[in-house]
Amino acid sequence: MAGILVFVERRDSEIRAASLQAVSEARRLAAGPGWPVAAVLAGDGVAGAASSLGGYGAQKVYLADDSNLKTYSAEGYAAAVVKAVEQAQPSAIFFAGTAMGRDLAPRVAARIRVGALADVVELTLEGETLVARRPVYSGKALATVDTAGKSPQVISLRPNVFAADEAGGSAEVVNLDGLSPTIRAVVKELKDTGGGELDVAEADIIVSGGRGIKGPENFALIRELADAVGGAVGASRAVVDAGWIEHKHQVGQTGKVVSPSLYIAAGISGAIQHLAGMSSSKVIVAINKDPDAPIFKVADYGVVGDLFDVIPPMVEEIKKLS
Amino acid sequence: MNCIVCVASVPDTATVIKIGADGTSIDETSIKWIISPYDEYALEEALQLTEAKGGEVTVVTFGPAHAEATLRECLARGAHQAVHIVNGATSLGDSFTIAKVLAAAIKDRPHDLILCGFKGVGTDNGQVGQMLAELLDRPHVANVTQLEVGEGSLTAGREVEGGQEVVESPLPALVTCQKGLNEPRYAALKGIMAAKRKPVEKVEVASLGVEEGADPFYAVRAVALPPAKEAGTIIQGEDDPAGAAAQLVKLLREGAKAI
Ligand SMILES: Cc1cc2nc3c(=O)[nH]c(=O)nc-3n(C[C@H](O)[C@H](O)[C@H](O)COP(=O)(O)OP(=O)(O)OC[C@H]3O[C@@H](n4cnc5c(N)ncnc54)[C@H](O)[C@@H]3O)c2cc1C
Ligand SMILES: Nc1ncnc2c1ncn2[C@@H]1O[C@H](COP(=O)(O)O)[C@@H](O)[C@H]1O
Repeated sequence: MAGILVFVERRDSEIRAASLQAVSEARRLAAGPGWPVAAVLAGDGVAGAASSLGGYGAQKVYLADDSNLKTYSAEGYAAAVVKAVEQAQPSAIFFAGTAMGRDLAPRVAARIRVGALADVVELTLEGETLVARRPVYSGKALATVDTAGKSPQVISLRPNVFAADEAGGSAEVVNLDGLSPTIRAVVKELKDTGGGELDVAEADIIVSGGRGIKGPENFALIRELADAVGGAVGASRAVVDAGWIEHKHQVGQTGKVVSPSLYIAAGISGAIQHLAGMSSSKVIVAINKDPDAPIFKVADYGVVGDLFDVIPPMVEEIKKLS
Repeated sequence: MNCIVCVASVPDTATVIKIGADGTSIDETSIKWIISPYDEYALEEALQLTEAKGGEVTVVTFGPAHAEATLRECLARGAHQAVHIVNGATSLGDSFTIAKVLAAAIKDRPHDLILCGFKGVGTDNGQVGQMLAELLDRPHVANVTQLEVGEGSLTAGREVEGGQEVVESPLPALVTCQKGLNEPRYAALKGIMAAKRKPVEKVEVASLGVEEGADPFYAVRAVALPPAKEAGTIIQGEDDPAGAAAQLVKLLREGAKAI
């Protein structure tokens, strides 16, 4: 047997965007050799979410619908994935590189005694071997890697790098029964710390503020621009360490690694550790009053100027567009 | 409360990366090696736990000769024991092999809690902890920013997108530590002096039943610098910020189609 099995993640009843991206990439790669693409979905009462997967290219959905899987646990979900692997016998197992996927992929890999490739940004198929590109040294270098002939090849895909596109089609649902997983580490509670705000790790547009905004109160200006473009608010470490904004907003080596379609950095110098978190963004915009700020080296567009003079008219111009 | 902390020795985060002559590794001449930043949170947490509850902190690393310096740093901060599994070659992190080696070295050492970093800075994998937990048949909680350890169990807060999962687990368990968990201490002079007298136990990989390089799970075909980016369109906005703003919005709308 061959093919690609994709672990898909849901939030409430929706399949997450990063998982649809992973299914779509699996479909594109599998088209060459004509491999089957399957998905595995775990949870309690999640059968409804399975139907949309066919449209993205999954021909089969392995469904682990089990009251033990109501909340995520690496041990429980690994049992579900391994069961699907036994049935599908895939050449590769894909995960979206979300908090859940990055946690689960290595646990599954170790359970089936193979290695894993994390945070992959490009994939090609050479025979049965997936050749992956992944940033290393915080994006200062790119490595071309594979799983040294071991199969199945366990791979997590960086969110927002691969396109999700519908191809039309429908999936057959296969129930995975008799899982009875041993779960020791149990999620007792999911606290919403986002306050309804979009998380930078998931946002398609991010506007980040750094020390150049002068004080915590001026995040209001950053937020205004973010709201105007429908984006999330990010930050440099300097302002997180200063207590101007919470760590969950931090982008960079010790914060979140993001790849939005648009990243606007205002009053951020562009230290190597900040670039580590955002240099794979599709379009980068810098607003900085220092023409020599390193952020301009990675910027696609930039304005040399005082952010307090540039951002308000930007917000006005953007509002005019809609 | 015995803690085992896995620490990796990595290039200083400010290092300018150059590609090695073989094209599959980085040029390691003149690299300054440091304890991987997330492993500092792991060590600090273990030190605080044993200070409060008694027991010992053992630090373990699998790495080449220079990795001993990382262990000395951990001893200077207060770790009780250090184990250096000696590895001749450096690599970009074959996570599963590293996990197998660590599992073999740890399994017979008493431990209530194993602590790792959330990811090794450089390999940027974030895999070894989870793999190690599976190989040792321990529950794990990854990406932990809050931790309370009680009698025989722990409660950990783990960061996920837009929220925090509160996880309970029996001990022994493994956690991977994220920024926010604590503020790592610096080594005091007294600690540095004391560390010089503490032994570092050396373990040969072969004695753990693993033959180095014989059965890899990760192959690095090439390492390259990221393609140089074309120079961007930079607008001088000092004199006419409003005009610059309008021009930028137009470029983003019509050129990049990003808004
Ligand atoms: C181990 C380690 C990990 C790290 N991890 C991270 C990380 O995850 N994320 C991160 O961001 N950093 C990280 N750093 C810190 C990093 O090295 C920098 O210190 C930090 O990114 C600087 O933040 P900044 O750009 O906001 O501040 P600064 O470097 O002080 O830059 C402020 C910028 O604002 C500009 N400016 C000032 N006033 C104005 C104005 N009115 N209008 C426009 N521009 C203005 C200035 O020209 C300057 O370029 C890490 C460092 C280490 C050692
Ligand atoms: N060679 C190693 N020796 C000891 N611990 C390691 C080693 N490599 C990784 N680790 C541990 O595993 C964590 C995750 O590493 P990685 O999977 O490489 O990102 C690190 O933060 C360390 O705690």
